[in-house]
Amino acid sequence: MFETKSGIFLIAGLGFFLLAFLSNGVVPWLMYAHLPEKSVEQMVEEQANDVNRSRTVLAEFRDLRDRYPEAFAKLFGEPTNANCAAALREGRRIYIGEGCWHCHSQFVRPVSNEERRWGPVSQSWEYQNELQRPVMFGTRRVGPDLSREGGRRSNDWHVVHFFRPRMTSPRSVMPDYPWFFDDNTRDGPGSPNRRGFAIITYMQWLGSWLENYPHYHDPDYPPRPGR
Amino acid sequence: MKENAGPARHAHLVDERLVLWYFLAALGYFAVSLAGGLLMALQLLNHNPLRSLEFFSPGRWRMVHTNAIAYGFIANSFLGALHWAVPRLTLKPVLSRKLSWLIFAAWQVVVLATAGGILVGQAQGIEWGETPVWIDPLALAGLLLVAINFMAPIVRTPGPLYVSLWYFMSAFVWTFLTYGMGNFLPEYFVPGTGGGAIAGMFIHDLVGLFVTPIGWGLMYYFVPIMLERPIWSHGLGLVGFWGLAFFYPLTGIHHFLYTPIPMFLQYGAVVSTIAVEMVVTTVLINFIGTVWGMGGYVLQHVPLRWFYTGMVFYFITCLQCALQVTLTFQALIHFTDWVVGHAHFVMFGVFGFWIQGTMMYLFPRLLGVDWARPRFTEWHYWLTAGGMFVMFVDLVFAGLVQGASWAALQPWEDSLDVSMPFWWVRLVSGLAIIAGQFCFAVNLYRTYQAARLKRASLENLAAAQS
Repeated sequence: MFETKSGIFLIAGLGFFLLAFLSNGVVPWLMYAHLPEKSVEQMVEEQANDVNRSRTVLAEFRDLRDRYPEAFAKLFGEPTNANCAAALREGRRIYIGEGCWHCHSQFVRPVSNEERRWGPVSQSWEYQNELQRPVMFGTRRVGPDLSREGGRRSNDWHVVHFFRPRMTSPRSVMPDYPWFFDDNTRDGPGSPNRRGFAIITYMQWLGSWLENYPHYHDPDYPPRPGR
Repeated sequence: MKENAGPARHAHLVDERLVLWYFLAALGYFAVSLAGGLLMALQLLNHNPLRSLEFFSPGRWRMVHTNAIAYGFIANSFLGALHWAVPRLTLKPVLSRKLSWLIFAAWQVVVLATAGGILVGQAQGIEWGETPVWIDPLALAGLLLVAINFMAPIVRTPGPLYVSLWYFMSAFVWTFLTYGMGNFLPEYFVPGTGGGAIAGMFIHDLVGLFVTPIGWGLMYYFVPIMLERPIWSHGLGLVGFWGLAFFYPLTGIHHFLYTPIPMFLQYGAVVSTIAVEMVVTTVLINFIGTVWGMGGYVLQHVPLRWFYTGMVFYFITCLQCALQVTLTFQALIHFTDWVVGHAHFVMFGVFGFWIQGTMMYLFPRLLGVDWARPRFTEWHYWLTAGGMFVMFVDLVFAGLVQGASWAALQPWEDSLDVSMPFWWVRLVSGLAIIAGQFCFAVNLYRTYQAARLKRASLENLAAAQS
């Protein structure tokens, strides 16, 4: 059995793999089966319909329209729920395609003072949605965790930061992303293109599902220690 | 007649040109990967000379770097070495030579398309599985053909199999299953935390069920041949294989400790990982027992030196792994360069070194001449091994400092400032590795020239005699 072809093929090859897949893959999969995956449209709408909310990701999307009315009108038309969802979906694609997730994590751990630095510890329900398939946990933090990033900085901060991070964060080692903007000059970004609008909307979405979604304009928004 | 039986049989079994082409392709992708690593190292030091250029974006090249290593360098080298080892072990050729060349061509299409897709921003959001989604079915079909092509001689071999073939056989099954599981389930079917558990398994199964078994299988094949003595203990070989087969697939979730994945599964992954390290120790004891009393020979014999350096590094990484996988260590070192150091040490310091040793052994046999530049052989080894070890130690300490800086709630940028000296050392150690590989390339080119010269003079001689 231990040195025969059938033993190795059936027990080691198929059997042990299946055992691991059932215990480590199917078990957690089934454990969250009661939390159905939310679509992007569903999430945007839920926030928009929540009367207790002062800020939503849709509000940030509208804010982008107000700042760049011409470019926005040309690329997205109106800041509707559907267009916001489309921007989020595209923003996530860019977040993956540019490899952002290899230097930024999206989960807050219950150790190492992370709750004090980033905000509440991450929970399962936060990830049961279309934009977390595949999940963007990440495995390395060269830059900060982003799972509570939404609403912490203004859209124009993000525009300048994506164009050349060291303009807003002098000690940053993040690469430049001038291709998120059109008509750049030597000194600064032009207006965002479709990719720029999408990735900034995605940034503002991260953590927007939490009750304490902060807003950079609020006078009582407390700066977090250590950021 | 009797003298000719050996080589004639070898020519019937092994397609040497195919092995050669696999190795050359592997080295080409390795060069690309080294360039990607260099670009990322320079970016972290804010000295990237190719700033602001979309197709040279370090974020994309970071993914090209890892994918070129896994699917370009390691997969091609392994396929080349398997085309040498499996037919010679089973005394039967692979299913079909035509199929072998078809797989070779298809695999290069897969690797090049992966690199191209990533560079235009089409990566898939799974670590080590960034292969754009439209390539995944082709890659999976390729892996199935690889399995069929190599399984044919193995299945036709009567009786119990030698250790290497246990590893190879299960690796063909596991690689196919792992690739299918990791590239399709979290992408299309399982969101969030459950998908994270599967993606974690994929990350680790790729190392543990594809790279590790083929790597060890090759060691069980080449080391006894080079030492001209059998493996020390067959029993330990059994323990090593079956221990790996049982525990390795269970470890994947250790990549996502302290996430919302249920704690009992995290504990299970931690325990399995520590069990794997114990199993690994038995394998290493077996290889130390095999070489016992021949240490001086290993130092002189270049391929063996690469192999045993890799094994020493393997022991270090596994010891490190048994520590770092505990929740105590994780609190400090997760997300830091400690893990980056570990990954480099395993993927290149161990399996990359075994591949380099295999190439040092096989290239002269494929080309029919000895290495042309013995001094370059030494520079190749010492620059690469020295650079690798310095990089590992450097990144491990960098990780400790970064973790401490974060836990102390210092401003985020402080963790970058304290990393800078470590990142400079990493750049220098990386350049040493690149210099070592440059020596390898020059040595190979000179050897190729010598081989051509030899063939030409032999032809002249034959012409003169006839």
